[in-house]
Amino acid sequence: MSATDPILQVAGLGKRFGGFVALADIELEVARGERLGLIGPNGSGKSTLVNCLAGTLRNEAGTVRFEGKLLDGAPAHLRTRAGLSRTFQLPRPFGTLTLAENLRVPILYAVQTREGGSRLNIEDRCRALLDTVGLADKAARLPKDLTQIEMRKLELARAMAAEPRLLIADEAMAGLSHGEVDDILALLVRLNEQQGITIIMIEHIMRAVLSFSQRLVVLVAGRKIADGDPQDVVRQQDVVAAYLGS
Amino acid sequence: MKNPIFVLWLIVAALLTFVLARLVDNAYFYFAGYVVLQYIVLATAWNILGGYTGYVNFGIPAFIALGAYSTVVLHKTTSLPLIVMMIVGGIVSGLVGVGTGYLTLRLRGTFFSIATLAMAVVMQTLVTNWAFVGGSRGAYIIRPATVQYLGMNYIEYLFLMMLGLCVLSVGVARAIEKSRLGYGFATIRDDELAAEASGVPTLRLKLIACGLSGGFMGMAGAPLPYYVTYLDPASAFSLSYAVNTIAMPLIGGTSSWLGPILGAILLGTLQQVATVTISSAWSLLIVGVMLVVFVVAAPKGIIGWFWK
Repeated sequence: MSATDPILQVAGLGKRFGGFVALADIELEVARGERLGLIGPNGSGKSTLVNCLAGTLRNEAGTVRFEGKLLDGAPAHLRTRAGLSRTFQLPRPFGTLTLAENLRVPILYAVQTREGGSRLNIEDRCRALLDTVGLADKAARLPKDLTQIEMRKLELARAMAAEPRLLIADEAMAGLSHGEVDDILALLVRLNEQQGITIIMIEHIMRAVLSFSQRLVVLVAGRKIADGDPQDVVRQQDVVAAYLGS
Repeated sequence: MKNPIFVLWLIVAALLTFVLARLVDNAYFYFAGYVVLQYIVLATAWNILGGYTGYVNFGIPAFIALGAYSTVVLHKTTSLPLIVMMIVGGIVSGLVGVGTGYLTLRLRGTFFSIATLAMAVVMQTLVTNWAFVGGSRGAYIIRPATVQYLGMNYIEYLFLMMLGLCVLSVGVARAIEKSRLGYGFATIRDDELAAEASGVPTLRLKLIACGLSGGFMGMAGAPLPYYVTYLDPASAFSLSYAVNTIAMPLIGGTSSWLGPILGAILLGTLQQVATVTISSAWSLLIVGVMLVVFVVAAPKGIIGWFWK
């Protein structure tokens, strides 16, 4: 595997719920270090795709390769350990654990399992991560004390704690104010540029997606209808039609 | 407190309890105390699965009975010492725990609980129809009057063994709590999808919890035939074991090792006192009333009064 090989290869991926086809024949390659935006109207299958990539759902058709390795049938925890992390669209914190303990879990189970032993001081690492998302002063609090926005930051910090090489941020910015969106954007760009983490961002806030993405993929009704330079894609006829109606 | 030091304190507490029992020097104290100690082990064992991972197991009688009937089989076929029988009972129960877990852990919430209840019914039917262990007529176990090498009465010996099992089970429960395993259990209780996404192998951890929980219940059940001297399926699989074992951690608090102990001591002692002073029928009523009072007044149990 060379550095130029794609980090993620999705081929012919399909997922159905009963008679409803949620995803059909999805082809997608993501290059190492790329910032990819994934957009689509509500119900277009974005989150289903994330769930299939992360192993939360099983795809019936097609294959997913991460760093060249076939992921088919691998449970979610093995994918996280392999370096593929995701955030949930609706934050799912561990309610009975403090913020610091929430971050401790992926360090114990993903990072230490991958690398063996304890390279880092867990306490310091948790604090540093909380600091990155601006929650350091609440390290000993429980998630129920957080606002919705802080929960999203915690969700992102927990995904980062697993030290992924590919991070899938599923609407990490929904409901955030203009300034907060900029904070998170800056954080994601920093992760990408300084640590070389490949990021797939699913987002409804067009301003954020367009400023972040180097490439944009559009899903409509479970099919990929566009893939390319963000500025070109948003001008494409069928993309405009999908969002605004023809 | 580091775990080895904690275990040392547990041993000290256990020895003090034993000294106290010797000072009282009344055979009934051992009989009553044995039941309370047994419930400390059962409540602690239940809490490893029910409190730490949030999977409510109603099949407690099956695990106790598996331990007890392992002893019946060993008693009839061998002359092994009790401690070996307890280990065998623990292994049998633990394996059945893992097996049941594997079959039922895909079920969540109430469905899991009902599946464990069904498992207990299946086990009881099997044992009732197994003539070798007495079938529905039950099995008589003649217990030795004394234990020669320790120079003590057999009931004192049973009491001492159960005290040792308390130390072991509470020590294990406490060690799990703030360990990697404990954090994994807590994430399963809070949100399994998020746990998987954080790298936690949820199925494996749930099986470990089932094995430990079932194993300790089996160990607690193993000396039972020697305690009662007559074991029949109806009493070995008694539903009151399930009710008490679940009520105790709920009353004491499920979030820490201390909760099941407090619940077991409080409820177990009350029941024993009620059995002597009023009638044995009252002891189950006490559980019911206490459970209702605590669910309303202290949903996080006794330890919930003292910390978050």
